[in-house]
Amino acid sequence: MIEPTIIGALAPAAAPYFGWDLVRDGQELFRYGFMQHAFEAGTIVAVSAGVIGYFVVLRGLSFAAHGLSHIGFAGATGAVLLGAQPIVGLLAFTAAAGAVMGALGQRLRGRDVVVGIVMMWSLGLGLLFTALYKGSASLAIGILFGEIFGIDSQQVVVTWVAGVLTLLAVLVAYRPLLFATLDEEVAEAKGVPVRGLSVAFMVILAVAVSEAVQVVGVLLIFALIVAPAAIAERFTTRPIRGILLSAALAVLFTWAGLTVAYYAPYPVGFFITTIAFWSYVLARLLSYLAARRGAARPGAWREEQVRHSP
Amino acid sequence: MSPAIVADGLAAAYGGRLIWQNASFTVNAGEFVAVLGPNGAGKSTLFRLLLGLLPPAAGTLHVLGESPRRGNPAIGYVPQRRNIDADVNIRGRDFVHLGVDGNQWGVGIGPAVADADGRVDKAVAAVDALAYADRPIGRISGGEQQRLLLAQALAGQPQMLLLDEPLASLDLRNQIVIAELVASLAQANGFTVLLIAHDINPLLPIVDRVLYVAHGGVAIGKPNEVITTEQLSRLYDAPVEVLHDSHGHMFVVGLEAESAHHDD
Repeated sequence: MIEPTIIGALAPAAAPYFGWDLVRDGQELFRYGFMQHAFEAGTIVAVSAGVIGYFVVLRGLSFAAHGLSHIGFAGATGAVLLGAQPIVGLLAFTAAAGAVMGALGQRLRGRDVVVGIVMMWSLGLGLLFTALYKGSASLAIGILFGEIFGIDSQQVVVTWVAGVLTLLAVLVAYRPLLFATLDEEVAEAKGVPVRGLSVAFMVILAVAVSEAVQVVGVLLIFALIVAPAAIAERFTTRPIRGILLSAALAVLFTWAGLTVAYYAPYPVGFFITTIAFWSYVLARLLSYLAARRGAARPGAWREEQVRHSP
Repeated sequence: MSPAIVADGLAAAYGGRLIWQNASFTVNAGEFVAVLGPNGAGKSTLFRLLLGLLPPAAGTLHVLGESPRRGNPAIGYVPQRRNIDADVNIRGRDFVHLGVDGNQWGVGIGPAVADADGRVDKAVAAVDALAYADRPIGRISGGEQQRLLLAQALAGQPQMLLLDEPLASLDLRNQIVIAELVASLAQANGFTVLLIAHDINPLLPIVDRVLYVAHGGVAIGKPNEVITTEQLSRLYDAPVEVLHDSHGHMFVVGLEAESAHHDD
């Protein structure tokens, strides 16, 4: 396994520079295998995280997603302790926790304390496993903050498989999942298996979270799962467009983060989260301004009057 | 006329607790029935039985000639709810769309999409909601939301509508408007309608019969037979008086305070 690098992509001796010759910049960016792998895996991860994130935001499961990734930390460090790939333990723990959360269904809402306490213990377990492993702290740091530049070609293949499977699952379940998300009671009466979908969705989310951990790590999962979807959800009222915009934003954040991190001697997780954060701030500002403009229209004013009249 | 609902010795239990029993009644096709009764009497439970979401604890129930089954496309259902969260940034039209094909797997592709869109347009037009169907459903008024949820039920091309407190959280003017809308849609399409309500007033001009769920039992009758001082006082277990105005309208006094609050 390549030693995770959290303070920069390259040794200073080979420091690349960014110029105005974009063709040369592109060639430079993809000169090394690790960058090709990072872009390939990062793109797949971003697409599936963006797509599934839209449903996470709509279902009000942001904190559950956050909790899932933390629970995965115990799995990932435990797997390493047993001599397995971190992703194996990550998947096992997040999928199991996801299935339990999904079975709770609606009852999970407002259970932030329960999720938080399970999450807390998982981080504690992960800390123990890291200590037992006696490896360097970089193992834990790689899992906590991601090690996208350490992805090898075998991991790229695993990412492809997981990404395609999660997207296929969303494609197959799309309409009933949207129905159960927006209008659970009617969906149930109309024969949609809302309970089964709830479990299935959380397991799919667990897979997407496990993949995303490779890029941004356990702690920064919001950057790919929640931030793009939360922005997309503000800008379109149509679910399909929301999903596509969310995926596009997640890809954009990842590409921009990878590109900047290649040239600048700072961690990629910092750049991805920074871009995600400021994009969200900008999105809120824009939708606030749009709402103010909308409220200033005479038609909107009349409507308010009608609504408030007895 | 063939019966839409036949219940014989029906009993409902929820969580091991018997809610009501010995209910034997028939609702004819095309009838408009208001379902009334105190809180917790089991009005919504009756709907769950009709929808096949809850099995009868005893007795038999037939809905449109068959045993209740979940996902029966002939039933349009609008559950009781508070107003939709203002944060839900999804078009009203997309909510209506769920009523057409929300229970089918996959994403809609090919000619089915145009067909579904056509049904959505028709349903939205039927409830006169074209003006705001493209706005986020969380940002429209309670009456407008209720129209679109009704359109969602219509989009499934039902024969029967089960509406659980569609008038709750609406002001009096909108209660009357929505009640009349449901009545005219029912008449035009021959729907059988069961509508759970707290306040009888806006429904008095349009209901055929009233189904009472109270005191662990169920009773059905014409409004002028059962909306009487004696019957309603017994039903609500509280002093209630029924007054008549010069036009023959019935006014239920004593429930006004309750209907103005709608805390449940």
